[in-house]
Amino acid sequence: MSADVELDHLTIRFGDFTAVNDAHLKIEGGEFFSFLGPSGCGKTTILRAISGFNDPTEGKVRIGGKDMRGIGPNKRQTALIFQNLALFPLMTVAENIAFGLEVRGLNKLARRDKANQLLDLIALKGQGDKLVSELSGGQRQRVAIARALAVEPEVLLLDEPLSALDLKLRQHMRTELREIQKRVGITFIYITHDQGEALTMSDRIAVMSAGRIQQVGDGNSVYDHPQTAFVASFVGENNPLMGKVLSVSTEFVTMDCGIAKVRARNLGKLKVGEEAYAFVRPENLKLSVGAGEGEGSLPSENSFTAPVLAEAFEGSVKLISLRGPSKKPIIASIPNTGDGQHFSQGLLTTVNFDAEQAVALPIGDLADE
Amino acid sequence: MNDFLIVFTAVLLALLLQPLIQRKAGHLWSAVSAVNFVRKNGAFLSLYLILAVVAWMVFMIILPQLYMVDFSFRNNLPLAEVGGPKDVHTLKNYEYLIFGRETDEELLNWLHLSVFLKTMLASIFVTLLDLALCYPIAYYMAQVAKGGQARLLVLALIVPFWVNEILRAFAFRILFGTGGVINSFLIYLGIWDEPFDFLRADVGLYAGLSYAYILLMIFPIYNAIESLDHNQIEAARDLGAPWWRIHWRVVIPHAKPGIASACTMVFMLSAGALAAPQILGGPSSLWFTQVIYQWFNTGGNWPQGSAYAFVLLIACIAFVMTVMKIFKVTLGEITK
Repeated sequence: MSADVELDHLTIRFGDFTAVNDAHLKIEGGEFFSFLGPSGCGKTTILRAISGFNDPTEGKVRIGGKDMRGIGPNKRQTALIFQNLALFPLMTVAENIAFGLEVRGLNKLARRDKANQLLDLIALKGQGDKLVSELSGGQRQRVAIARALAVEPEVLLLDEPLSALDLKLRQHMRTELREIQKRVGITFIYITHDQGEALTMSDRIAVMSAGRIQQVGDGNSVYDHPQTAFVASFVGENNPLMGKVLSVSTEFVTMDCGIAKVRARNLGKLKVGEEAYAFVRPENLKLSVGAGEGEGSLPSENSFTAPVLAEAFEGSVKLISLRGPSKKPIIASIPNTGDGQHFSQGLLTTVNFDAEQAVALPIGDLADE
Repeated sequence: MNDFLIVFTAVLLALLLQPLIQRKAGHLWSAVSAVNFVRKNGAFLSLYLILAVVAWMVFMIILPQLYMVDFSFRNNLPLAEVGGPKDVHTLKNYEYLIFGRETDEELLNWLHLSVFLKTMLASIFVTLLDLALCYPIAYYMAQVAKGGQARLLVLALIVPFWVNEILRAFAFRILFGTGGVINSFLIYLGIWDEPFDFLRADVGLYAGLSYAYILLMIFPIYNAIESLDHNQIEAARDLGAPWWRIHWRVVIPHAKPGIASACTMVFMLSAGALAAPQILGGPSSLWFTQVIYQWFNTGGNWPQGSAYAFVLLIACIAFVMTVMKIFKVTLGEITK
């Protein structure tokens, strides 16, 4: 059984501080939905409101169409997986998993059966009598998932449960979580500040900043069609170029960004004369050594020259920092072809990009690095 | 003149031995400084710590107790006969506690044995009452109250203990006496016409004792509960547990060492209390410490008093150890 979750103009304040500001969306039953945002953006508050630990100041939380006001966390058909997992250290693995069943009055035998069943599911067969402290980080992770699934919730809430794991394990757990979700078929609501996690696992993502939901959509639309400057700068790497809109056509705007005239897709319904950002992703910048074929032959748009500040080797790609118009360098990412080509400091390069691969958005807050 | 001679010989001896000491000192020092404890704390501090702890243990605890134990096996003799033929070890002080005088009609010394049993039971009762009162307060302070609230609560708990113990006991007398505050108020309200003698019913004693050790009950439990990750409480709640199960399965198991340590202290101190029973005890009820006090003071029979005190000590330790065994708490956990 899976239930849909509806946030109906949800606002949560703590004193003067507004943690969540008018969140309004519907998470479908059986969906893997992520809230993505930097720490302090209110995503955990939303999760706690769904699980029942925080009360809405305004608006409603509905689960399966039912208003949850006045229904405590122990009475909701949700299960929460905590960031630090919050496994019970004085209980065995099996007791941990069966705790929710113990609460529901199942006898010892039935609890043992169900715990064994779930231990199979999380590939920890026969380890039920161990203490939690005897397990590795990834195993504990799976025990926490099993403990939550044991109560057969309709909605599973996950509060950055992978953040304590090392990189390899984290990537492995991503696929595992996704598989578990497909197998049990219930609604997963996932909180993370890691866009990689959100993009790989989720059906849809809500990007949050400063208590507000900035954009809701699947991974592609959030990555390729950002609606605000924050989303453009937070999801994936992006180079912002500030400028003034010179002309507007049906799909594109042309901007004067100082170092170059920039033509970019007009995603923000910009008008002539407005200040705006043009965003180009590092992988969409094409670099060539030198200043092109003489000053005059430079293409009139989406091209500029910039000196190299530094080169960082990342394995499959190289990240080249270029001096841009602002303090922040412009980053270009070029595939490592193994030809040993180096962009040494001070080297003058010509940078090109396609108008289709740049987006123009109104001025707004950028994500902090 | 005698004193002068001692000092003089000491100085002379020191001067003569000085080369010898100096030769040995270097060797000794390197051996001492190899010890981790000395290396960590430095020579002066480690010397002080060792001396202070040893002096405290030996002179304040071990020697007096040993002396008392030895005393309890002796006859109560006038000064002139000490060291004489009658000054031998005997079990009669212990015999007396159990069987009384040979001339008594009863086989056992019920008078004192019943006081002893009553003291133990009453101390258990006081401990449980304190636990019931203090666990919720400790939990509230450790997990529920916000910073300022918790500090205010701590202050409110501590400040009354600035008042002297005897004064506090007398205050309880005033509170519970037949003409006391509670009786006057209840008669004024018309709940009853005749004043109820709380002191005779030992209500005053239990209240006074429970109150006296409230801090010793709260703080060890508070410390234990405070170290519990609040997420565990929320996790249990999220899994559907009602509040009592959260306490039963999550909070109390975690706080068990703290609860054990608090209960041990309160039980030991209740059983050994003297002032509160003296002031608040009903006229017909005696605390075992009062019997001991009588042997030492009015009875003038120190060996008898020592035997009684020693029995109380052993009984308390045995009881606490048994309870710890039942609840599977080790001494090491308690001191954590």
